[in-house]
Amino acid sequence: MEQHWKSAKGLFGAVLGPPLFWLVLFFMIPMGIVWLYSFGENRGLTDIALTGTFSNYLRALDPLYLKIFVKSVGIAGLTTLICLVIGFPVALAITFAPPKAKTWLLLAVMLPFWTNLLIRTYALIAVLRTEGYVNQSLEWLWNGFGAVVGVLGLGALGPFQPLELLHNNFAVVLGLVYVHLPFMVLPLYSALDRLDTSLIEASLDLGAGHLRTLLTIVAPLALPGIASGVVITFIPALGSYLTPDLLGGPDSQMIANIIERQFKRANDWPFGAALSFLLMYMTFIAIALQAMLSRRRREPA
Amino acid sequence: MAKRPAPGPLEYLRRWPLQLWLAGVGIFLYAPLIALMVFSFNDSRRNIVWQGFTLKYYEKALNNASLIEAFVNSLTIAAVSTFLSLILGALAALALWRFRFPGKAGFDGALALPIVAPEICLGVAMLVFFAKVLPWPQGLPWPFNLGAIIIAHVSFSFPFVAVVVRARMASFNRELEEAARDLGASEWRTLKDVILPHMAPSLVAGGFLAFTLSLDDFVITFFTSGPDTVTFPVKVYSMVRFSVTPEVNAASTILIVLTVVLTAIALKVQGDPASTAGGHAALDRPKDRP
Repeated sequence: MEQHWKSAKGLFGAVLGPPLFWLVLFFMIPMGIVWLYSFGENRGLTDIALTGTFSNYLRALDPLYLKIFVKSVGIAGLTTLICLVIGFPVALAITFAPPKAKTWLLLAVMLPFWTNLLIRTYALIAVLRTEGYVNQSLEWLWNGFGAVVGVLGLGALGPFQPLELLHNNFAVVLGLVYVHLPFMVLPLYSALDRLDTSLIEASLDLGAGHLRTLLTIVAPLALPGIASGVVITFIPALGSYLTPDLLGGPDSQMIANIIERQFKRANDWPFGAALSFLLMYMTFIAIALQAMLSRRRREPA
Repeated sequence: MAKRPAPGPLEYLRRWPLQLWLAGVGIFLYAPLIALMVFSFNDSRRNIVWQGFTLKYYEKALNNASLIEAFVNSLTIAAVSTFLSLILGALAALALWRFRFPGKAGFDGALALPIVAPEICLGVAMLVFFAKVLPWPQGLPWPFNLGAIIIAHVSFSFPFVAVVVRARMASFNRELEEAARDLGASEWRTLKDVILPHMAPSLVAGGFLAFTLSLDDFVITFFTSGPDTVTFPVKVYSMVRFSVTPEVNAASTILIVLTVVLTAIALKVQGDPASTAGGHAALDRPKDRP
């Protein structure tokens, strides 16, 4: 039974005090200041007057910024969808693997997740850039093919045109999928692992194919897990800074890049603060939607 | 068994379409990293075509004073922030596990905020905080100049530790604590000899998590670091912005190997029944007796 705090005041204070102090001073207060700044105006270079204005939020509705918000949600949504499509069969295979293989597969999924994000992004740059491994391999194939064509006397193929794989939206989505795939596979796995396998076996025994069983039995039962996987992937993808910054082009900026610019280069902290809190609210909405979905599913049962 | 029987209905791992899918995902996840590691040994500045084996880029990376400094900074920050996060996280978990108090749900919710808040939001909050409220003095001797980054790292790491420790404490048999108290152990003694041994595996897991989170962090550090407090990810970021060089490959390979070794150690410590069960298996056992 939990103890009432008054029965051991000294111990309670010693246990709760330090983390509460840290959380308030080094998290709540910094966040609170940013929140206050979002209602402020720039006065001079470093002074910010808290005037209670909503103009920073209204400025975020400017088509220029609205477009970036819509684009960020689109990129994060596409990333989540691709992760779901790629990750679901992986989670399924891990769930029904023998115990030993299961451990190794889970480890294989998690190891890149523990590897430094910057290193993984850098590895992708090396693969995708104009002189990268993909273009090198394609050029080699192209030249080989060209030699064959030349020997057959069908005319020259012309020089190899490298594919533009880096610094565009494609690279950003690829990078985000690369980074966030483990976020999707792990919650899916833990949801599928709890499924009653006899339901799947019954469906297969009664003549439904694997695909039909997946769509009509497994997917609905695993819906809470799918929802949490979607949210866990969507939230960091929506707020990602590094991937669009390093892999994206001039038109693939996401919300986080705009926020960074307000704080570091444009020096418009109130507007940056407003954008930052809009991103926070979007995050909370995503979490609330997922909580509502999982609650609605639990009630009828 | 000369010939294996046909795969059972649920043995998805033994069906070729899924095997093919898994292989594809494996290549997708690992090929870039493996290519990065292999080409760190390549004797060519342009870093594309294989020219022969060399260790000269490792030599270069290890002789690059600013890279080494950034690496040492990162490890120091990770070690200190892990230590602080373990203490704060364990205390927060104990408070939530042990006590009923007004505002408990609020504290619980607030503790989850640093976990769900987008990194960029926390980053700018730290930038504003250290610019306006608590300006961290410039030019402090190492390691005190890293203080601001360490504070920022603890703020987003310790709630993770709290979650891991709390999950572990849910399986604790509270009667054990009462028994210890009945037998005359003090509050402190009970904590040290009964609760802490049960908590130990989660402290290992939480510590590993906090260490990796700190070592991995770029965005929040980017907003809190100054010109003389560069961490490894921030250094690599500035190098990558300029060009792709084998030196970065070599430095990255060292960090990847370090990550793999740390992971292996963490798994060994947690997976080894002797170390986790030894302490508390004896304590758990009385439950089974009638």
